[in-house]
Amino acid sequence: MTSREDILTRVREKVGRNVDDTALARGDMEAWLNTRRQGPRPPAAGDLLARFREKSEALSTSIDIVAEWSTVPSAVARYLAERSLAKTAVGWPLLTGHDWAAAGIAFEGRGARDADRIGITGAFCAIAETGTLVLLSGHDTPASVSLLPETHVAVVAASRIVMGMEEAWNLLRAKGGALPRAVNFVSGPSRTGDIEQTIVLGAHGPYQVHVIVVTGA
Amino acid sequence: MQIRSMFFKANAAAALANPVLQGNMRTSKGKFVDKRRTAIADFSAEGGDFEALRDAAAELRDRVLKDLDLWLEKFEAAATASGATVLWAKDGDEICRHVVDIARRHSVRKAVKSKSMLSEEAGLNQALEASGIKPVETDLGEYILQINNNEPPSHIIAPVVHKSLDEVADLFEKTHRTPRKTEIPELTREAREVLRSHFLDADMGISGGNFLVAETGSVALVTNEGNGRMVTTLPRVHVVVTGIEKVVPTMEDLSLLLRLLIRSATGQHISNYVSLLTGVKRPDEHDGPEHLYFILVDNGRADLVASEFQDMLRCIRCGACMNHCPVYQTIGGHAYGWVYPGPMGSVLTPLYQGLNKAIDLPQAATLCNQCGVVCPVKIPLPELLRKLREKQVEKNLRPWFERIALKGWAWVASKPKLYALGTWFGVRYLNWLAGADDRIRVLGVAPEWTLGRDFPAPEGKTFRELYAARKR
Ligand code: SF4
Repeated sequence: MTSREDILTRVREKVGRNVDDTALARGDMEAWLNTRRQGPRPPAAGDLLARFREKSEALSTSIDIVAEWSTVPSAVARYLAERSLAKTAVGWPLLTGHDWAAAGIAFEGRGARDADRIGITGAFCAIAETGTLVLLSGHDTPASVSLLPETHVAVVAASRIVMGMEEAWNLLRAKGGALPRAVNFVSGPSRTGDIEQTIVLGAHGPYQVHVIVVTGA
Repeated sequence: MQIRSMFFKANAAAALANPVLQGNMRTSKGKFVDKRRTAIADFSAEGGDFEALRDAAAELRDRVLKDLDLWLEKFEAAATASGATVLWAKDGDEICRHVVDIARRHSVRKAVKSKSMLSEEAGLNQALEASGIKPVETDLGEYILQINNNEPPSHIIAPVVHKSLDEVADLFEKTHRTPRKTEIPELTREAREVLRSHFLDADMGISGGNFLVAETGSVALVTNEGNGRMVTTLPRVHVVVTGIEKVVPTMEDLSLLLRLLIRSATGQHISNYVSLLTGVKRPDEHDGPEHLYFILVDNGRADLVASEFQDMLRCIRCGACMNHCPVYQTIGGHAYGWVYPGPMGSVLTPLYQGLNKAIDLPQAATLCNQCGVVCPVKIPLPELLRKLREKQVEKNLRPWFERIALKGWAWVASKPKLYALGTWFGVRYLNWLAGADDRIRVLGVAPEWTLGRDFPAPEGKTFRELYAARKR
């Protein structure tokens, strides 16, 4: 008997599985999958942007709010200048079309490498409940851009800020198609508390995360 | 991992006598408790109901366990359809065989690992090394342990909670041959730089899995450091090693459990990185593994299904029970002698490894129920410990003097006259021991009892005497 059969057979015996109740149980399972019952959770905040901002800042994410996409490159440039960071960035190929050069940013749309210092991404949506960015991996949206560089700058439309993770799943289903390889929920810069329970920002991922919210998009 | 739980008493005594460990445990214990408490207060302030969340989670886990066989098949089918390969392992040795096979098949020389307790159960690092494959732990805590001669973790989410900054600084200086760092951020940066190069040239990533989502065949990983993402994004091959009890039906169920797990574990509202991973790198994708394997592990779990210990399978490995356990807080995790310490370890170790190999663990608790009160999935840990104690007695595993003493006590207790006489003498003996004091410093018949505490002196007479006097 293979280990698969051995394990499953023992579980079947334990739960008292027999032919009659299998169909019944499968029916219950289908109902469960279709109902998608949600657990108890905090009520939705009135002002999702305000909540997103408050929660993000509590995670040491810095927030900038701009009116439209055309001003994003200059907002990024401003942030980089404030932090005395070089204006060379790797970014999602999806964002290549914006006028980065006009803001003095050398933008390369591709997956990130070890030497890249700044990574610019968009976001599929964002979660107000916890100050979280939701990033989907894909050809135009490589996961490494939000991971390898020390600084991660993300751009999200205010209209894409939802209350909780459940709303993000709904958006994802509404989008249709198969799930992407990775759905990454990113909440602030990477951190560790392993040594003496003291939180240090910048473990293996970014040291700083800056989010630009576009209200007019 | 070789079990050493039979030496619990000696190890606990050594832990108590170790001033460095005692200092480190004192530093850490309040922090976990405070952070969790604050996070739950915040949740209430936001209008959330944490108790309702615990109830819902316990119910959810129970419902899955009721049809665990079918949910596992469902997960397997969905994962396979997404391009992953699902393997099954009955025990630690089989985990090791699978991982080594996969490594050979894909010519892997180096594997980066994100924290996996199953890999500790299996002793996977040793097996990989023996096959010429270099395993590198990348969680900062696990890395510190690995470079300290593969020391075992002492906590399931904070593996080096027993170590001080100084000890880590010494270890880094010795291992990295760099000037000694004295600040935690500097040490963290040094580890980041060392480990970054490993992430970049590893051929295989090995991770645990916080949850498996049956509807999509995905694994959910929760980390703060970002190493979980590295391990599952950069290498060509990704192997997930996880227990069969980790399956949940929907993404909504996952969201429910995450709200609970993270607050209970680290007191955060959300961990920095939560990833839901499904299938392999798409044809036009820049990063992600080309091969994804799931190893679904039994190692004692299947036997708990529908047993009197099934509640234990609800565990989501948050660590809250050990953080709040007065015994764990005092002796740390190593004394427990296997992978899982604290109350959940005292239940799991005898169940997975055999009661006779962990004879003292069911006794390594005061049954104060701190653990039961904080457990996010409402596992009645003290009750399970008590059941294990019953099993020990049934199997004659308790020491002979304890058995004889209890038999004697039972005999006396069933003879009311004799019992009354016994307590009459007992109370007077204790009062004599106490003298003018209201407490007894050394308990004559059982001096061990008063080694670390006093025994309160009785009020003067037995209950029977007082009752008889009242009636008159
Ligand atoms: S037994 Fe409960 S408190 Fe302990 S680790 Fe498991 S889920 Fe957490």
